[in-house]
Amino acid sequence: MNSAAIQEQSATLATNAAKLAEELEKLAQGASQLIDVQTAAATMDFLSLFTIFVLACFVGFYVVWSVTPALHSPLMAVTNAISSVIIVGGLLAAGPADMDFSKVMGFCAVTLASVNIFGGFIVTQRMLGMFKKKK
Amino acid sequence: MSAQLTGFAYLASSVLFIMALKGLSSPETARQGNRYGIIGMVIAIGTTLADPSVVSFELIIAGLVIGGAAGTIIAKKIEMTALPQLVAAFHSLVGLAAVFVGIGAFYNPEAYGIGTFGAINTGSIIELSLGVAIGAITFSGSIIAFAKLQGLMSGNPITFKFQHMLNAIIAACIVMLVITLVGGQTEGVFWSLAILSFAIGFLIIVPIGGADMPVVVSMLNSYSGWAAAGIGFTLSNPALIITGALVGSSGAILSYIMCKGMNRSIVNVLLGGFGGDTAAAGGASADTGDKNAKAGAAADAAFLMQNASKVIIVPGYGMAVAQAQHALREMCDILKAEGVEVAYAIHPVAGRMPGHMNVLLAEANVPYDEVFELEEINHEFATADVAYVIGANDTTNPVAKTDPSSPIAGMPILDVEKAGTVLFVKRSLSPGYAGVDNPLFYSDNTLMLYGDAKKMTEEIVQALG
Repeated sequence: MNSAAIQEQSATLATNAAKLAEELEKLAQGASQLIDVQTAAATMDFLSLFTIFVLACFVGFYVVWSVTPALHSPLMAVTNAISSVIIVGGLLAAGPADMDFSKVMGFCAVTLASVNIFGGFIVTQRMLGMFKKKK
Repeated sequence: MSAQLTGFAYLASSVLFIMALKGLSSPETARQGNRYGIIGMVIAIGTTLADPSVVSFELIIAGLVIGGAAGTIIAKKIEMTALPQLVAAFHSLVGLAAVFVGIGAFYNPEAYGIGTFGAINTGSIIELSLGVAIGAITFSGSIIAFAKLQGLMSGNPITFKFQHMLNAIIAACIVMLVITLVGGQTEGVFWSLAILSFAIGFLIIVPIGGADMPVVVSMLNSYSGWAAAGIGFTLSNPALIITGALVGSSGAILSYIMCKGMNRSIVNVLLGGFGGDTAAAGGASADTGDKNAKAGAAADAAFLMQNASKVIIVPGYGMAVAQAQHALREMCDILKAEGVEVAYAIHPVAGRMPGHMNVLLAEANVPYDEVFELEEINHEFATADVAYVIGANDTTNPVAKTDPSSPIAGMPILDVEKAGTVLFVKRSLSPGYAGVDNPLFYSDNTLMLYGDAKKMTEEIVQALG
């Protein structure tokens, strides 16, 4: 083996090593991006959300069938109250510092949803308070 | 608050909401369930307020105070008979709130991290427009349902030529607009979408008659859930998606139960035109002339029930209208004191919303273990001496079993005709909502007690005492 061949081989080895290092860096970048994605809930992908949605529909199906028909009115009132969790969207729109149209919309949404939240839970409690057993 | 902690908090509130619904499986656990729901809501709101993007609180606090005060006053003051319209009004608010959130997100998508104005991510704009469309339909549909239940507009179905075709065209336009919105996010298209959705909400509810409102209210309950879920997708918020799905399926199941209670398909109910003047004219005019209904007085009814060993009460919407539930409970207390066995039989579609009768009876202090559903009690009519039908009609009509061409054919009914004597408290012999004459009125073992449900029951109480 002559020195020229050895030199050539070591040169290729060096470039390979450089390439490997480059790839490692990319991998590390990817990994850190992944971590970013996982920590920021806001960037959850559609498929995960859709999975949650479908499973929740099934949970809802079984839970609601177990509700006694005598309590269907309170069921409606309480589902009404909890669907007002949409207030979360209103809060985010009303939250930013700058006053604009979007903030006004957020305020309206918060107000309407609050009527429902307070009204829904209180009227449910009132109804349920009336259901008494035989003395 | 770290993103992970936020996620856990939303998960906790979702679980609490599921437990709130689960609690309703029995009256003993229901109150605790409602408290879980309240805790879940507090957690969800608190978590959102801790979000770093929420920095200005003046408007938020103002909204919470104004809305909270209004909601509290309404809920404390409302009469239980007015419950269906209250629920309809509340549904409209959820729908409108969804529309406002959608508009807010459209004009300031940065607040939600879904892009910039005019360049919202494709997925988000679809979810957003669906949320707005369903929210708008829920709003306007609920307003009509409210107006019909409150008596602000006639309960008769409003129908006109090409109605269904018009609705179909508008629905197609809405779909087209959503697609257009994906291509170019202009304000004009967005607002047209919202306005058309409001319009179709009105149009699909106006042809539906007053007594079909239990189905409509349940269906709108379902819509309000789907609207919340749509907005939840836009915000990538699992709590909103889960809650929306729970509420959506709850409303869907209730609509299904209501339709089954009338043996009609949801499509049949939605196409509308059922009940009201035209149907009444067609069904009632027939051979009533040669038949005689026996009329009785309060004293006769009191005598019959006093000497019975078992009486089954069948309340209907008429009882709610006359506010007769308190007098009714008083009557039953006297009967029970004299050793008569008393039970209440509730038809699934009695009243104007699911479970309405149960709440009214509970309000009048009727113990819930004396109140039974149709399938639980129907076989007991054969052993009952008296069936006291107060404000119900179609739900007791045996024509449903005998005449396959009747509009109420196949509808499950309470077999009151099997009882020794049937007492009908009614103003007249007029047919009920379905417009079908009730042959039970002319049966030998039926006694008609003509008059207002409350007044008649009070007279019986006097005669008993």
